[in-house]
Amino acid sequence: MSTLAEEFNAQAVFRGVPLAAQLDLTYRCNERCVHCYLDHDDAGEMTFAELDRLLGEMAAAGVFQLTLSGGEPLLRKDFFAIARRARELDFNLKLKTNGILIRAEAAAALRALCLDSIQMSIYSHRAEVHDAITKVPGSLARSLGAARFLIAQGLRVKFATVLMRQNRTDYPAVQALAQEIGAGFTLDPTVTPHINGDRSILALNIDSADLRGVMHDPLVTGDGASFCATPAGPGEDELNSFPCSAGHSACYISPYGEVYPCVQFPLACGNVRQQSFAAIWRDSPQLAEVRAVKIRDLPTCSVCPHAGTCTRCPGLAYMEGNLRGPSTADCEKSYARTGIPTAAMRRH
Amino acid sequence: MSDKFIRRSRETAARKLGDETMVLAILDSTLFSLNEVASIVWAAADGQTPLRTIVTNAIVPAFEVDAETAYRDALELVGELAREGILEVADAPLAPAATEPAGKQR
Repeated sequence: MSTLAEEFNAQAVFRGVPLAAQLDLTYRCNERCVHCYLDHDDAGEMTFAELDRLLGEMAAAGVFQLTLSGGEPLLRKDFFAIARRARELDFNLKLKTNGILIRAEAAAALRALCLDSIQMSIYSHRAEVHDAITKVPGSLARSLGAARFLIAQGLRVKFATVLMRQNRTDYPAVQALAQEIGAGFTLDPTVTPHINGDRSILALNIDSADLRGVMHDPLVTGDGASFCATPAGPGEDELNSFPCSAGHSACYISPYGEVYPCVQFPLACGNVRQQSFAAIWRDSPQLAEVRAVKIRDLPTCSVCPHAGTCTRCPGLAYMEGNLRGPSTADCEKSYARTGIPTAAMRRH
Repeated sequence: MSDKFIRRSRETAARKLGDETMVLAILDSTLFSLNEVASIVWAAADGQTPLRTIVTNAIVPAFEVDAETAYRDALELVGELAREGILEVADAPLAPAATEPAGKQR
């Protein structure tokens, strides 16, 4: 039986409503994470007036879940004015931050905004590892301090750990630390390419043996038996389904007003400085192309035994050069999970 | 005649989707679905407009229902939403709602 949230999402896809959006307020950041997929220069961020207009357009178009992110969004001096405006427009507001600028006063101000949740990147429980990844001495202590301030205010905090060679053994301790202070925890086992197409940071990814270990770790995957089960192959329902919500009920907007299907899908669809958000969402040829692709339209993946269970990211596939091609990172995850090679792996 | 004043709780997020309204109680992440009539009441719950006025101006003409029956049903509805913690109900006007009504939808 589907949940109410799933029913709303299905209805949003049916009606062409962008139910969820991530809005990056800035690419500037006070950390310099070794695996970051962004540049940190300011190439002309939207002003408050532009953001105010955009938020109104997004609310009118039906955006309900709005994630404010960056860069470090709190580097904007008008961050609280923007967040307050978003809440006035009734968005369910989430925040991604490194927390470095959050002390007791900022935490109280965030609580007053009635945020849904706050996600913070914590790479390790060991300061020497976390701080080496962020390249900011003292950053782990600052981020954990922020998490404590936020939790003390009754806000929901989640730690997100991206796994890399540097921190590959640390996630159980981060998960325990999260539990100890009352935060949630999520793990991303893969580094993604730079948004400019540079793939050199993928060298930071953990090796296949470590990935297999993570995929079989009950701490991460819960019910390992079903998570790692041999895939049954796709049925008609799976073949007729869409790869993910990107461009269907979700989108991403850069600090410069560019609209993309997802933060991980750098296919430019328009700019809200030139067109309304609704016009881009409704009329963009690029979004139309993304929406036209069903699993059965993927030449390699539609015949893959993992097609019904794979987390294939169309944005990563696009960054590999083919919107309808496989995503190597997801092939690797499917293989690590089940031990069954994907169709793309068999071709090579 | 006594009346009620209603205001959307500030710890909610909401958006219209078709004829329905999604309302999220942020504190416990409970999601509610309001039907067409409840959506009208929700959008008008500014803390200032008497419930009877909302019913008379927005519900009676739209649904061609008897005003007294519609008001009794509306009272029951706002009671339910108040018990769920997403609506405040009072016998006197409340300070205006902090949030604007959910955006209009196709």
